[in-house]
Amino acid sequence: MAKQSNEPVLWALFSAGGVFAAFVIPVHLFLLGLAFPLGWIPAAGYESLHALARLPLTRLYLFALCFLALFHWAHRFRYTLYDGLQIKHLNELIFVCCYGGAILGTVVAGYLLWSFR
Amino acid sequence: MSDTSPSTRHTEYHPRWYRSRVSTWWWLARWPYLKFILREISSVFVAWFVVLLLLQIRALSRGPDAYARFQHWLQTPLVLLLNLVTLFFVVFHAITWFNLTPRAMAVRFRGKRVPDLLIVGTNYAAWAAISLVVAWFLVRS
Amino acid sequence: MPETISLEVLRYSPERDAEPTFQRYDVPLRKDWVVLDALNYIKDKVDGSLTFRWSCRMGICGSCGMMVNGEPKLTCATFLSNYANDAVPVRVQPLRYFPVIRDLVVEVTDFMTKLQSVKPWLIRKEEKPTSEGEYLQTPDQLDRYKQFSMCINCMLCYAACPVYGLDPVFIGPAAIALAQRYNMDSRDEGAHERMDVLAQHEGIWGCTFVGECTEVCPKHVDPAGAIQQYKLTATIERFKSFLLPRGAK
Repeated sequence: MAKQSNEPVLWALFSAGGVFAAFVIPVHLFLLGLAFPLGWIPAAGYESLHALARLPLTRLYLFALCFLALFHWAHRFRYTLYDGLQIKHLNELIFVCCYGGAILGTVVAGYLLWSFR
Repeated sequence: MSDTSPSTRHTEYHPRWYRSRVSTWWWLARWPYLKFILREISSVFVAWFVVLLLLQIRALSRGPDAYARFQHWLQTPLVLLLNLVTLFFVVFHAITWFNLTPRAMAVRFRGKRVPDLLIVGTNYAAWAAISLVVAWFLVRS
Repeated sequence: MPETISLEVLRYSPERDAEPTFQRYDVPLRKDWVVLDALNYIKDKVDGSLTFRWSCRMGICGSCGMMVNGEPKLTCATFLSNYANDAVPVRVQPLRYFPVIRDLVVEVTDFMTKLQSVKPWLIRKEEKPTSEGEYLQTPDQLDRYKQFSMCINCMLCYAACPVYGLDPVFIGPAAIALAQRYNMDSRDEGAHERMDVLAQHEGIWGCTFVGECTEVCPKHVDPAGAIQQYKLTATIERFKSFLLPRGAK
């Protein structure tokens, strides 16, 4: 039997990330990036946000969001570059940069959330 | 002499095929291709959101002054513009994702295929509900 | 409606030309004529050297696929009257992303090889003897694969697929849709045999769900849907083989 490729795992992460991103990122971004800065909607104060972020469930949610969304980006972006640049040796570099970037981001997210005080 | 590929077999006389190279700008030739590339590019803005989120978490952990500075930074015109564009792309991602779900999964109930519109509708309803829940946590009560 | 319509047809003769050229022809514009009728008129009355494939002229054999104004179409199903009021001539070119042998005829061996590789036939461990009667199938069981069985192998989906154009090792929409047609058939027992071919990188994983294959398919097969559904199947199988003891298939 042919060597088992890892594509299914990467695709599964991409899909999970895509679903999660589709459902929650728009509202998060709308509030954080537009509604709150522009004062359209009043944001919760520092104290309550900080208390919310400290909860284990919140940290888990945020970690899952970062992890899956980053792997969603890595997989999709890798294929976008793959379709654009056809040179064999660049394919390996693209692979490493994309998933490596996602791993790096996940580690940073994990560190920030784990050490959150 | 002749242009061949490994996956073809041919007879002794073999004419010189003409093969045209696909242009790097193939995706500009037709609107559906451009829409596809825009959809794929939306992933970059998803990644940008993660960066934004991590910046927010870091600012939150460094105290009220740091968080105030972060909020101030979010109000600068360049960042606002970037986030406006990002919002467009993440919404575009969500819409294209929800619309394509019924094609990607053949959901069957009691032997019959569930109508596409029902799946799409459920996605949008869930999107609205989840968004309200998230907003409830983040907006001042 | 004007009396005539102009066509610009790609001409390429390997003995004569280094590059293809376009030749312009004026043909009568009849209300019920399709592009194939125009090509046959040219061959009969104007230029007998024009070479192209066609057969049934009713959209079931899949022979007459070509690019009409940059879109993959069955020329027997594309009416000339749709282009009657265009300012420019109708451009007819051979099917995109395939090597051109001559004029509008393309080399299709690549597709044929790929199609064969997915074993598009019923695979069973044991055939039932005819004395035992037919294989029975409920309408619901038929419904699971019927859409994918409508494929006429016209290869318009390959001409629409940018992944196939950029990376010709990609197995392609029709091959995967036809593999699914058999995978989803209740009489078939060969899904794991097809998986080895499909689960490679040149198989389903090259597909990025552009979706153009489904848009151009004249028989509404929805190959894009077939591919995405198979990605899910292949992923579940991969996780199962990881979690379950080796050898359990």
